[in-house]
Amino acid sequence: MAQAVATLETAHGGGESHIGGADHSGHPPTSTGLDSRKIAMWAFLASDCMFFGSLIAMYMIYRGEAERLYQAGQGIGPLPHEILDIPYTSISAFVLLMSSLTMVLALASIQKGNVRGLRIWLGATALLGAVFLGGQFFEFTEFKHEGLGLTTNIFGSSFFTLTGFHGAHVTIGVIWLMSLLIMSLRGGVRKDQALNVEIAGLYWHFVDIVWIVIFTLVYLIPYDEISTITHEAEGALRQIGLG
Amino acid sequence: MTHGALAAADHGEHEHPSEQKYIKIAIILTIITAIEVAIYYIDWMHDSGALVPALFILSIGKFLTVIGYYMHLKFDSPLFRYMFIAALVGSLAVIGALIALLRVHTIDFGPGGFIS
Repeated sequence: MAQAVATLETAHGGGESHIGGADHSGHPPTSTGLDSRKIAMWAFLASDCMFFGSLIAMYMIYRGEAERLYQAGQGIGPLPHEILDIPYTSISAFVLLMSSLTMVLALASIQKGNVRGLRIWLGATALLGAVFLGGQFFEFTEFKHEGLGLTTNIFGSSFFTLTGFHGAHVTIGVIWLMSLLIMSLRGGVRKDQALNVEIAGLYWHFVDIVWIVIFTLVYLIPYDEISTITHEAEGALRQIGLG
Repeated sequence: MTHGALAAADHGEHEHPSEQKYIKIAIILTIITAIEVAIYYIDWMHDSGALVPALFILSIGKFLTVIGYYMHLKFDSPLFRYMFIAALVGSLAVIGALIALLRVHTIDFGPGGFIS
């Protein structure tokens, strides 16, 4: 009986020893040899990829359509090139990139058993995430003052939907990181539970890579040049009888 | 092999990069971002049509660096890599399909661009 209790305590206590094939986090072994929570997170990120893919596609279509309508005298401004502030957004992109660095340093700290380092870097990541959100709130407010709202035109609708959903993901990430920080302050995050930090990190880095794509496709790419390239390509295809 | 490496090997993983390497990667990512913004303001890049391909290459480079090193896809089990590549192919297909669909079946947008 005493032996059974000791076995249970070790298995649920997250000790280093492997009980009956259980890994060091106290979870039973899986057929893949990989932790189910990590597989679940990757599956979620894969589905989120499709979600953002759809939003990005709609943005690309509607942005071009908004400009075409405006040039035809049917659309209502403001248009992207009139309103998007590249230097300001570059700073936001830099802040989010740096938050990825602090996140990965938080993980490296806990993997070495450095709980103090984990707290510092988790706090820094949450802070940088909050700065990014503050910046996005300011940007949205400025756009509203300049006459671009969610229902002003199709550029506004697709822009606010795409960047708004990204902002919602960042908000969830900040809450998650703050929860981990509070758990750590209560002694709830130890070296053998580094996977909890790694999973939060995967989510956070995903939010960062989505912003890498948004920053390029929404802010930097000049759509009139893409349109020119597309028309030239279509013309070339027609000339060789493929169009 | 260290204890951490042995434990990681049980999960089909290899040891993650050092903190110094993470910092070097962050510096590289910052430089790429600075280049992206800088070339946006060079007129020649716009005139020559080199801006769009250059921005695509730079942002794909950043994207791959973050997923490879910060998300550890380069070091983790290949299963995660396959899952993510499948999702990327899927989302690129969604983007392509939606763009193609809406180029063929143009929507009649009303004033302001909304369907009336």
